[in-house]
Amino acid sequence: MTGSMDLPAKGGFSFDLCRRNDMLEKKGLKLPGFRKTGTTIVGLVFQDGVVLGADTRATEGPIVADKNCEKIHFMAPNIYCCGAGTAADTEAVTDMVSSQLQLHRYATGRESRVVTALTLLKSHLFRYQGHVSAALVLGGVDCTGPHLHTVYPHGSTDTLPFATMGSGSLAAMSVFESKYKEGLTREEGIQLVAEAICAGIFNDLGSGSNVDVCVITKGKTEYLRNHQLPNPRTYVSSKGYSFTKGQTEVLSTKITQLKQTVEVAEGGDAMEE
Amino acid sequence: MGSHAEGGSQAAGGGQTQRTQYPYVTGTSVIALKYKDGVIMACDTGASYGSTLRYKSVERIKAVGKHSLIGASGEFSDFQEILRYLDELTLSDHMWDDGNSLGPKEIHSYLTRVMYNRRNKFDPLWNSLVLGGVKKGPKGDEKYLGMVNMIGTHFEENHIATGFGNHLAIPILRAEWHEDMTFEEAVKLVEKCLLVLLYRDRSSINKFQIAKITTEGSTIYPPYSLKTYWGFSHFENPAQGAVGSW
Repeated sequence: MTGSMDLPAKGGFSFDLCRRNDMLEKKGLKLPGFRKTGTTIVGLVFQDGVVLGADTRATEGPIVADKNCEKIHFMAPNIYCCGAGTAADTEAVTDMVSSQLQLHRYATGRESRVVTALTLLKSHLFRYQGHVSAALVLGGVDCTGPHLHTVYPHGSTDTLPFATMGSGSLAAMSVFESKYKEGLTREEGIQLVAEAICAGIFNDLGSGSNVDVCVITKGKTEYLRNHQLPNPRTYVSSKGYSFTKGQTEVLSTKITQLKQTVEVAEGGDAMEE
Repeated sequence: MGSHAEGGSQAAGGGQTQRTQYPYVTGTSVIALKYKDGVIMACDTGASYGSTLRYKSVERIKAVGKHSLIGASGEFSDFQEILRYLDELTLSDHMWDDGNSLGPKEIHSYLTRVMYNRRNKFDPLWNSLVLGGVKKGPKGDEKYLGMVNMIGTHFEENHIATGFGNHLAIPILRAEWHEDMTFEEAVKLVEKCLLVLLYRDRSSINKFQIAKITTEGSTIYPPYSLKTYWGFSHFENPAQGAVGSW
């Protein structure tokens, strides 16, 4: 990333490693698969600020790689970002912009603005021409008011009153389109976000497990991790699991003595140190 | 849905060509649900030719016999062909003159066989069909709602949606459908789904038809439009947060 004393980046994407990867693939190297988040992420603007929501399932193809991952990333104390797409890409890009924002806060002495985060993200993603597969819902409250944006992997952005991204975005959007109105209260906003995420969890295979919610208002941010757990383990033994001696039937017993294979030679040389 | 059947090989002997098919004039989603008195079905009246909205007054829901309604999305000419098959079927059924008539279950079964057989010959009828109806059975008036798609997958459910409706309408129907809804409640729920589809499906238009089927018979209502809301404050001047940003 650009430091203050380094030469500025020449711009554009450096394709050198792509050539190397192509060459390796032709030689038979199988590239590791991407771990995608197969997600439902949402955000909406209510009367005092923004509410962000996300499910907690990370998939690796047909397997659930992480049952309870965190998709709502910290950008600034007043700005949070939900990420869908390739997990590594969303983590890396949000971490990177978060540190850039921190440095900017030190330099300016002011609270970060959402448009700053937005511009940093979209410039980075555009430079990488969609190869950084991060689809983000960015929300926050700054001195100019509450803002909600979506950022697409190729670098385009939208400013919206309510937004959804990820594989479960259509299910969540159907909830928003039918129930969103302006001037929602905090409770209504959280309720609608949770409903939209649940629609994604139950109707989309790429989303599942729990609901995370983040409420951002002027001066206060509440990160409600696992706000709802609509998928509890169904069959739990109330007595717990204990395997006492005697529960497993012993059919036969055979004892084999361990033979000593090392012969200590008397008067031999001392061991090398 | 949406994947092409790539079966372009020639069978030896009979000289029959297997055709690769692409849909040309297509209708978008159909939604249907069971309610207290029977089944309600709704869709828009548009048919697109690729990305052009070619026909704006197309009836994609038709009555079949005395007890059923059929709605179709997908290739419109294949739907017309299916209606012809059903005409022949209901005609020969009527000619038996035995006091019995084909119910929705039977027609669904017939359509399933037709669709699956065509699929096996690599010459599918490019449709997703929704079949709903009410017929008196041993347990009284039995409501029936099912669907068949172009590859022959068929099932029965309390609420059905085809095409984009699968992604946008089914989450709403799953959350809000309940047993024995009144007609007004059912229409409200259907309109909710149709509105979301209008906002988010590029091939839908603001002209809808609702049809219902009860023991009294089928009724297809005249087309009407829904009110859309575009007045969110965020839609006006979205870049106001930072002048000069994009």
